[in-house]
Amino acid sequence: MAPPSPRRPGFSRRAQYGIFASYVIAVAGAGFALLLVLTARFDPNGHSALQSIVADMTSPISSAARSALASTGDVGESIGAYFDAASKNKAMAKELAASKRKLIDADVLRQENRRLKELLGLKSEAVQPIARAALVSSTGASSRRYAILSAGASDGVANGQPVVGPDGLVGRIVSVGRVSARVLLIVDGGNVTPVKRSVDGAPALAIGTGDGRLILRPLTSDVQFKPGDIFVTSGSGGIYRPGISVARAIDRGREGTKARPMADPARLDYAEVEPIYLAPPPPAPSQIGEAKED
Amino acid sequence: MARGYEPRLNRVASRWALIGVPALSVMLGSMTVLIPQISVFPLLPPFGLLILLAWRMIVRDLWPVWAALPLGFFDDIFSGQPLGSAMLLWTLVFLVLDIFDRWMMWRDFRQDWVIAGTLVAVVLLVGLAIANSSGGNTSAVVLLPQIIVSILIFPLMVRLCARLDVLRWTL
Repeated sequence: MAPPSPRRPGFSRRAQYGIFASYVIAVAGAGFALLLVLTARFDPNGHSALQSIVADMTSPISSAARSALASTGDVGESIGAYFDAASKNKAMAKELAASKRKLIDADVLRQENRRLKELLGLKSEAVQPIARAALVSSTGASSRRYAILSAGASDGVANGQPVVGPDGLVGRIVSVGRVSARVLLIVDGGNVTPVKRSVDGAPALAIGTGDGRLILRPLTSDVQFKPGDIFVTSGSGGIYRPGISVARAIDRGREGTKARPMADPARLDYAEVEPIYLAPPPPAPSQIGEAKED
Repeated sequence: MARGYEPRLNRVASRWALIGVPALSVMLGSMTVLIPQISVFPLLPPFGLLILLAWRMIVRDLWPVWAALPLGFFDDIFSGQPLGSAMLLWTLVFLVLDIFDRWMMWRDFRQDWVIAGTLVAVVLLVGLAIANSSGGNTSAVVLLPQIIVSILIFPLMVRLCARLDVLRWTL
C-alpha cells in the first residue's frame, strides 16, 4: 500500500478545509509575489528599503567575520586555480612565447601611463573620498553582483556614488542604509561603464557579463582592441571621474573584446566612496546654431 | 519517504522545536550569503532552497504549502534577487512537489535527488530571468557551475536535515 498522503486526510471535513485553505493562501501569496516581482521590474530599487535595513543589521556580523578570516579571497582563488589546472599548461607555454612582446608593450605602456598621469596631474585636483570602508559580503547565490559596503548614510554615502579600490573601479552605490550600502559591481550584467583606451583614448562601453568579466564594445567601428589594452573611465556621462582604471582586455570574442576588471573585489581590504563626478556641460546648442548662421 | 512518527521517547517533543528547527535551518541556509566573501560570479548554492527541499523530501507533511512564502520572503531579503522572487518560486516548487507526490507515491532517494536537482536548476534559471527583468543582463551559461554545485551538494543537505530531524525530536 502506498504511504498515506498527508494531503488526503480522509473524511474529516475540518482537515479537508484546512488543506484547501493552505492551497488558497499559497496561490494567493504566489500571486502577490508575482506582483512584487513585476513592480521590481519597473522600479528596480523600490523595494530596497527593507533589504537596506537588514543589511544594516547584518553587515557588522560579516565585517567581524571578514576581519577574522582575512584571507578568504585567497581560498576562493586557490580553489579556482584547481579548476584551471588542465588548461593551465597550454596557456603558460603560450604566455611564455608572448612574454617578450608583452614586456616591450608593458614598457611602452608604463611610459605612456607616466606621461598621462603627469598630464592629468596638471589638470585635475585630487579627489577627496567621502568614506573609506570595507566590502563585507556579497550576493554569492544570486545572479546579480551586489556587494555590501560597511558605510552608509551616516558616513555621507549616497546613491550613485562611485566606489574605487586601490587597483581601480569597483562599482557604484545603488542603495543606502544607515551604516551599510549596497554596491553594484562593474562586473554585474546590468552595469555599463563608459571607458576609453588608456593609450589613445578610443571610447568604449564596458558592460558586465555577470561572470567576473566585462565585454568592451567600441563606440567607433574602426577601432580594434588588442589583448593587454588598458581601459580607464572616460568621465563622459558623469558619475565616474575620468582616469580610474577599469579593465584590461584579455581576448577578442564574437560579441566584443573580453576584459578582466583591474580591481578584484575579492581581495579588496578597503574601498573608497568618491563623490559623483559632474561632467562639464556640453557646448550650449545656441552656440552651434550661431556657428551655422555664420 | 514519509515516516510515521509514534512517540518512542518517554516524553513529548517540544512543539517549538518540531517546527522551529526546520524553519531555523532554512533561514540559516538563506543567510549563508553573509559569509565575508566577495564573489564575482555566482557559485554559492542556494542553501536556503536546498535545505527546504531536503526537509520536504525527508518529512513530506512537515510544511503546509504556504510555508514557502515566509521562508522565501526571508531569503529574498538577503539573496540580492528582487523581492518576491523566492516567495514566488519556492511556493511554485511546493505546488509542483505536491503534484509529484500524487504521481509517484513510491520514490527512492535517487528519484528525489533527480526531482530536487531539476527543481533547483529551474528555480535558478527562472530567478536569473527575474533578476534580468529588473535590470540585470547575465547569460544563463554563467549559472552552470552554480547549478552543478547545488545538485552535487543536495545529498549532503539531506544528511544534514536527517541529523536535524533526530535532533528536533529529542530537544
